[in-house]
Amino acid sequence: MENKTIPIKAISREESAGYDRKTLDYIRNASAHGLYEIRGMGAKRKVANFDDLVFLGASLSRYPLEGYREKCETKTLLGTRFAKKPIELAIPITIAGMSFGSLSAHVKEALGRAATEMGTSTTTGDGGMTQEERLSSKTLVYQCLPSRYGFNPDDVRRADAIEVVIGQGAKPGGGGMLLGQKVSERVAGMRTLPEGIDQRSACRHPDWTGPDDLTIKIQELRELTDWEKPIYVKVGATRTFNDVKLAVHAGADVIVVDGMQGGTAATQTCFIEHIGIPTLAAVRQAVDALEDLNMKGTVQLIVSGGIRTGPDVAKALAMGADAVAIGQGVLVALGCNSETYIQNGEHLSAEDDYAALGTAPGFCHHCHTGKCPVGITTQDILLEQRLQPEVGAKRLRNYLKTLNMELTTIARACGKQNVHHLEREDLVALTVEAAAMARLPLAGTSWIPGVTGY
Amino acid sequence: MENMTFDLAATPLRELNQFLHQKHDVAKVTVLNPDGAHNIAVGLDSPVEVEVHGHAGYYAAGMNKTAAVTIFGSAGTGVGENMMSGKVVVKGFASNGAGASAHGGLLVIEGNAGLRCGISLKGGDIVVGGSVGSFSAFMAQAGRMVICGDAGDALGDSLYEAVLYVRGHIKSLGADAQIETMSEADFATVADLLAQAGLAHDPKEFKRIASRRELYHWNADANQEY
Repeated sequence: MENKTIPIKAISREESAGYDRKTLDYIRNASAHGLYEIRGMGAKRKVANFDDLVFLGASLSRYPLEGYREKCETKTLLGTRFAKKPIELAIPITIAGMSFGSLSAHVKEALGRAATEMGTSTTTGDGGMTQEERLSSKTLVYQCLPSRYGFNPDDVRRADAIEVVIGQGAKPGGGGMLLGQKVSERVAGMRTLPEGIDQRSACRHPDWTGPDDLTIKIQELRELTDWEKPIYVKVGATRTFNDVKLAVHAGADVIVVDGMQGGTAATQTCFIEHIGIPTLAAVRQAVDALEDLNMKGTVQLIVSGGIRTGPDVAKALAMGADAVAIGQGVLVALGCNSETYIQNGEHLSAEDDYAALGTAPGFCHHCHTGKCPVGITTQDILLEQRLQPEVGAKRLRNYLKTLNMELTTIARACGKQNVHHLEREDLVALTVEAAAMARLPLAGTSWIPGVTGY
Repeated sequence: MENMTFDLAATPLRELNQFLHQKHDVAKVTVLNPDGAHNIAVGLDSPVEVEVHGHAGYYAAGMNKTAAVTIFGSAGTGVGENMMSGKVVVKGFASNGAGASAHGGLLVIEGNAGLRCGISLKGGDIVVGGSVGSFSAFMAQAGRMVICGDAGDALGDSLYEAVLYVRGHIKSLGADAQIETMSEADFATVADLLAQAGLAHDPKEFKRIASRRELYHWNADANQEY
């Protein structure tokens, strides 16, 4: 008999860390299209966040409140510095600015209804104020953005507060984007643009440059509204310590700091993942700036970017925020990335529509396409029917209610009768990174990296 | 009451603006000693006539609706910004961002205008008796600009549907802007706007600048200029 050599068929699967499958995909896409990737949602990479902090509940050295019985105040005042009519909210959880255009009119109406029922505010976006939103939202914050799409003095007068947007956490230093498929007749009309164009918004305001100009711009808005309405200034988190100081100097009543986990309807991926700092790092810098200027309590701070849960809200407040703003979490409450959408009380599968976009529930970031399988980030008249305002409003109300219950549960456990009494001393960090960014001690130690010793 | 005078040397700006915002039956308001104050006559919403005798600071007549504001002097940054309707006239020079994002109405600057005149224009008309600085009509979306003098660098960069008419020399055009042939309708438009502004020039001397519309859509194969 002849001796046969058996061929060895072992296949090497040694993946390169530098050229992993994600990177290979990126290079192949770049070479196929000659255009950067544009997508929705916020940073997907893992960054230090509020999950890396825990509360020190009451025990022998602190006295807790009865979790289910004792009153815990959540009332929140915003804009007390200069405005004659500050904003009073029942809860410190607000709805972040998202445009009609990126979202359907149904969604804007759902946000307004839920926020009004819960006693909180909604915010317009880069595309002007819709009638649906003004009618449904009792407290509406009107954004003044670089593009000034649809910006109108009548809407300034109809608003409850004005938010001058300098930047957004998903893309600090960049303007908005709305691809042609979402620039419908109504959206184009509101923005004075030709229908169907790939709209790329300005990143700088047209009539001011720098903090000294901003001071005068804020005064213009105050004069125009006879000093009635609070003026917010929103910054994307980068050099937050300096930016917050400059915004205070410019005369802001309220400062909104949006960290890198903050969402977007359409932005270059390189922007989303590589520009800006995590919310956890930003909130500490913002509070430091306010304390440095002795402005804490005079100028209010709203934190946004990756606020998802009641504990996130509680931790942001304990770090020194007066309120939070939620965008992506709100959309998820409405059904974003869900397998199904609800029609007449029935759950219908949206899986085929996700597949058509080349994605699946749980992974979708295709807001920019306007083909949202659950009818949220769309201008398509058929798709938008998948989100009925009353269904969305109920789900969002439940979400906000849950967050608020979790917030008060945590506050009571820490012995606070008012959620605004939560303080940094109530928190410790679980990781060295979070301890360094939030400048809180690592749990069980007195070590704050960079502050106490190494 | 027919007329009313506010002397800003003696009365705070707040009182002037508060008066202009409330319901009143005054046809003409005269502002004396503006001394470069910012935000004079912002947010007007009635067909009142306002005369400012002296120089105005930033955002004079900002977001104007239906009022007619005349500045007998020069104006700072953002004069007539975001105006919706009415007429704003600057007898002297205007600084940067004049008529920025104006949605309607007519802004007349008899002298020169600084950088970014008519930036983000959204439907308003601007007539400049002199020259405009660089980056004028940047991303202008709708409306018309008549420039009787010269234009600086990058005129009409990333233009949308706004149309510009220039009588003098254009230092350079911005991305996607091009010079087009004047039609009879263009001559009529220029003549009409010059007449409204009270400026005497021959419309035949103007060039038309509009968008090539090549940046309206992403196109990886086109060599985009930015």
